[in-house]
Amino acid sequence: MNDVADRSPGATEAEAGLAGAASAVAEFQPRRRTLLDHIQHVLHNNPTLVPVIVLALSLVAFGIIAGERFFSPFNLSLIMQQVSIIGMLAAAQSLIILTAGIDLSVAAIMVLMSVVMGNLAVNMGVPTPIAIVAGFAGGAAAGLLNGVLITRVKLPPFITTLGTWNVFFALNLWLSGAQSIRSQDIDEKAPLLKFFGESIQLGGAKITFGVILMVLMFLALWYMLNHTAWGRHVYAVGDDPEAAELSGIRTERVLLSVYTLAGFLCALAGWAAIGRVGSISPQSFYEGNLQSITAVVIGGISLFGGRGSILGALFGALIVGVFQSGLRIAGVDVLWQVFAIGWLIIIAVAIDQWIRRVSA
Amino acid sequence: MSTKDVPLVQARGLVKRFGHVVAIDHSDFELRHGEILAVIGDNGAGKSSIVKAICGALQPDEGEILIEGKPVHFSSPIEAREMGIEIVYQTLALSPALSIADNMFTGRELRRPGFLGKWLRMLDKPAMERFAREKLNELGLMTVQSIRQPVETLSGGQRQGVAVARAAAFATKFIIMDEPTAALGVKESRRVLELIKDVRARGIAIVLISHNMPHVFEVADRIHIHRLGRRLCTIDPKDYTMSDAVAFMTGAKTPEVADAA
Ligand SMILES: Nc1ncnc2c1ncn2[C@@H]1O[C@H](COP(=O)(O)OP(=O)(O)OP(=O)(O)O)[C@@H](O)[C@H]1O
Ligand SMILES: [Mg+2]
Repeated sequence: MNDVADRSPGATEAEAGLAGAASAVAEFQPRRRTLLDHIQHVLHNNPTLVPVIVLALSLVAFGIIAGERFFSPFNLSLIMQQVSIIGMLAAAQSLIILTAGIDLSVAAIMVLMSVVMGNLAVNMGVPTPIAIVAGFAGGAAAGLLNGVLITRVKLPPFITTLGTWNVFFALNLWLSGAQSIRSQDIDEKAPLLKFFGESIQLGGAKITFGVILMVLMFLALWYMLNHTAWGRHVYAVGDDPEAAELSGIRTERVLLSVYTLAGFLCALAGWAAIGRVGSISPQSFYEGNLQSITAVVIGGISLFGGRGSILGALFGALIVGVFQSGLRIAGVDVLWQVFAIGWLIIIAVAIDQWIRRVSA
Repeated sequence: MSTKDVPLVQARGLVKRFGHVVAIDHSDFELRHGEILAVIGDNGAGKSSIVKAICGALQPDEGEILIEGKPVHFSSPIEAREMGIEIVYQTLALSPALSIADNMFTGRELRRPGFLGKWLRMLDKPAMERFAREKLNELGLMTVQSIRQPVETLSGGQRQGVAVARAAAFATKFIIMDEPTAALGVKESRRVLELIKDVRARGIAIVLISHNMPHVFEVADRIHIHRLGRRLCTIDPKDYTMSDAVAFMTGAKTPEVADAA
């Protein structure tokens, strides 16, 4: 704050000195920058660069370590299939993390909605399209519930979704009676539920509709985030909610729309998961919540909100898939896969912290 | 009575409490058509609070606000903005990670014409960037490298320039500027003062909060002196000296009449 005392009436006299001033308003002394400063700047402007480089390097590394078998079209398309469901959850999770939130319930919503679809279509004989739409509506409603608790009741996202994760998981066990719906029953009564397990053959590669759905989901969200007002508002809300509100954004509405959309995307992932897994198991994807957060973080999206590109989450999910596949083919014990992913998370967050410091 | 006789803004008996702190204590406020009204007062006197109450960023606990004679109850700054009221916040209210162009248009983005804009809701980035560059050039306030650069990469003064340009570009009724030159250099401050006069010449009124007495006395038509949460008096800068004004706002002297202007 300015003090009156140090603003003497001389301030206007001082302006007389402007007469001979250069007319260029701001001239920058090109500060000497080290190579490291440069890298920091480039990464700051291109947040997806780190995951892209890591993905490329790990592809090369595993190509060398695990050889031909890793680089076969079959194996690469298998990685895509293995990544697809967590990738979709990561897309939903990215939206929420961009608003500086977190959603621990994404996988619970997904599994609950595949159980809802299966129960209606297989066990109760509801026409499959109606069962699917009911699942979508349920997913959106579950997301909206999170959003309402966070914006209206003003609970922190972490606690809210920790709570709803348990609630959704319990509902899921209750609805399913802790029983799986068998693959044959689905084939017989509601084959449409397995739509995303269908595939097209391209050379040696098997591209499932689920993989295509995941890629389309990321592209659509990328478009929405970068080329619509809604997307700009998502970033603004995550960046500085108070400034966003003052500069004319209805922050509550933006948050509600983000949580609702994320819930819907989880339900869509739930449908795709039936095709991927074949059966509907209430116990599946129990670690999906944390795996989705892992992909987002490795993808360079800041947990503090407002920074990063959604495509980063796709690369993050692929990096995890590549590590798991490469280490498995190289014959490394599963425990070391877990070990490696753990370090990836820590390094990714450390890099994010370092990049964020550039803005001073 | 013609509409010009009705003040542009008239607020009576405004009260705003934050817990035990009374930020606005039964204060009045008046802004007339086409004038530059300076608001001065000590730190914490409640200047920012009262202007926020007027533009909808704060909801007063008591009191009434009339704009052109009609009572208003803004529940958010968006509603004030729809009436052509703009404010440069003391905190600027910019989104650091978004570009200059994005910041100028937050909440009122332009969309592409035709199918892209209507159905795909695609932003018209080229148009917004062109407009933003034009407005910044008009203000002559800065030579930024790129209109796409994130606001966090700008200096404090450049950021203030973006906030001022945003308000000046969209206001049609009046603009509130809460210490718009606090972070600016001598030359840049001069530009903002010229801008303020230009805006008035367009018939738009201005509320200028400032601690800089020479600036205040140079541009203001009237000066509202705020003290301990309320308007102490309004004075005409031609009738008083800067030291009188400072004496009033610090409580060293008491004005003989509450409304001397
Ligand atoms: N959101 C808030 N919560 C609690 N107290 C607040 C809040 N906003 C303002 N206040 C209090 O209200 C009083 C007036 O603050 P205000 O910001 O309006 O002063 P000001 O005149 O603008 O001061 P300055 O010259 O420092 O900008 C202060 O005592 C401040 O602590
Ligand atoms: Mg203030």
